[in-house]
Amino acid sequence: MDLFANLAIGFEVALSPMTLILAVVGCFLGTIIGALPGLGPSNGVAILIPITFTMGLDATAALVLLTSVYYGAMYGGRISSILLNIPGDEPAMMTTLDGYPMAKNGRAGDALVISGVASFVGAFLATVALALVAPYLARIAYKFGPAEYFALYALAFATLGGMASNNQAKSALASFIGLGIALIGIDNNSGFTRFTGGNLHLADGIDFLVAIVGLFAVSEVFFFIESHGKGSAVGVVLGKVTVPWREIWSTRWTMLRSSAVGFVAGVLPGAGASLGSFMTYMMEKSIAGKQGGFGTGVAKGVAAPEAGNNAAAGGALVPMLTLGVPGSGTTAVLLAVLMTLNITPGPTLFADRPDVVWGLIAALLIANFVLLAMNVPMVKVFVRILQVPPAILLPGVTMISFVGIYSLSGSYFDLLLMVGFGVMGYIFRKMDIPTVPVILGILLGYQMENNLRHAMTLSGGEWTYLLSSPISIGLWIAAALGFIAPMFLRRFLRKPQMVTD
Amino acid sequence: MIRSDRILGVVVVIVALAFIVSAYNLPAGNLFDKLGPKAFPIIVAVGMLVSAVGLILRPDPEADWPEMPSLVSIGFATLVLIGYAYSLKPLGFLAPTAVAAAILSYQISPRPLPAVLTGVGLSAGLFIIFKYALGLGLFALPRGLLG
Repeated sequence: MDLFANLAIGFEVALSPMTLILAVVGCFLGTIIGALPGLGPSNGVAILIPITFTMGLDATAALVLLTSVYYGAMYGGRISSILLNIPGDEPAMMTTLDGYPMAKNGRAGDALVISGVASFVGAFLATVALALVAPYLARIAYKFGPAEYFALYALAFATLGGMASNNQAKSALASFIGLGIALIGIDNNSGFTRFTGGNLHLADGIDFLVAIVGLFAVSEVFFFIESHGKGSAVGVVLGKVTVPWREIWSTRWTMLRSSAVGFVAGVLPGAGASLGSFMTYMMEKSIAGKQGGFGTGVAKGVAAPEAGNNAAAGGALVPMLTLGVPGSGTTAVLLAVLMTLNITPGPTLFADRPDVVWGLIAALLIANFVLLAMNVPMVKVFVRILQVPPAILLPGVTMISFVGIYSLSGSYFDLLLMVGFGVMGYIFRKMDIPTVPVILGILLGYQMENNLRHAMTLSGGEWTYLLSSPISIGLWIAAALGFIAPMFLRRFLRKPQMVTD
Repeated sequence: MIRSDRILGVVVVIVALAFIVSAYNLPAGNLFDKLGPKAFPIIVAVGMLVSAVGLILRPDPEADWPEMPSLVSIGFATLVLIGYAYSLKPLGFLAPTAVAAAILSYQISPRPLPAVLTGVGLSAGLFIIFKYALGLGLFALPRGLLG
């Protein structure tokens, strides 16, 4: 069977000592990044990108390192949710609902172990599903021409924007600002310089890494200056960690159901891990009914969101790898990695670079076992790291961002831009304007314009060409639905607010 | 009522109009590139316009802006970061990093001694990691001093 032959290629790549070391390092860093409040998968990966490049890692190695960080961060987010009632990252928000009550009942260890196992089940099943589904989707993607790609990008903006904010106008604004930023610089097709205001530094365009690190990492320090690092509440003490086998077994169906739902939520462009954990928690809560005791600290209440968000993390890799369209903020950052490495994700990636795709999948399967080991028996190590005060952590993150970007380009102008994006990120997040569509716009702007121009040239300037195939019509309908539906569903799908204790 | 949503909306409208004006000066398409370099920017700018007008007409409740002292310290932090960006090349890695990190640390938690220690520690620690573990080409000191 194809799958096994492909996996054999993958394991050949992944089992090299270098790749294994990178996977372990990535998992370790990722778990720390996830666990620390204020650092999530997207800004964690963002900070590490420039450093990865300056280390001169090849494509597979860089991808393995950064996706291990991504998976690790998804695991690690639960640690501070459970111990501090502060989600380590956004997808772990639902885990606070039952995790923190469990910890207050003196069962912090049990909550960490159950959620760790649930993370493993979700992430492992999702990686297997990724290996099964992605090649088929890649085959469908061969049918995509420029018109279909243009529609697909519109779909990504519509669904991601529709989900990301509580106000559609703000999501749309963010997307268009991102696209506008992408247009700055020399137009590759005609050679004309656009929108630089005569500034020579801008002629090459704005590097999306600068924008990503600024929006995701530098803006964080402003939030901590505003709050003076409060909010790092006094945590719950973690006692002896034992494995509650019986309770884990009792959540087996919850884990399986949540993995499936989470994976699907992850594959849909824009939905991502936060929605995955939200949907699975709500689903399990209604299945369990009133007797289930959700919200008071039950095992299923931590198993469902953790299986859900880790499965969604795997699912989000599917559209990123097969179509080149990210399904979430972090996969947008990973797409930036691929693009910087001159690898074009999409159907051809599976045919041209099987070593990259299958090496990545195999490395992720291995990373899951590493993460299970780190997050269940070794969880105490990470709990200790949580005690790093923000007054050391945040300056450190900022300095790493500066050095990373500086070592990429050696230009002070990029650093100034990065600070500018940091301020922009702070203001936007304060105003509830999502920053992920901005990133998506900067990343996809060039491709989107190219596909549109290509489509128009093919059709001789006939705009109806954009709607000439069933695939593109379907994508446009989905885009419209994805953008409009959240307006009506908002009453039911309100983004969960932080639980106040 | 003036809300920050409206202010941003107006700013974006101005930027979008500037985009459109600037795009009009670009040449039109030809046979091999039907749309040319101007069409897509205009589409994007119109999108900016429409969503910005939407924001002006129906702003959300005012964002939860911090008090004046916090705003001032965020502004100051921005200046520190800008200064850091300018000084990294002429002054080398160690001194600017220590100063910038110490100031940021002090701003998050206003205790002078731990802040200074954080600055010095981060500067030295990161330099060792970047230079010797990751092999980045950093200069520790101003290049002039090294002759």
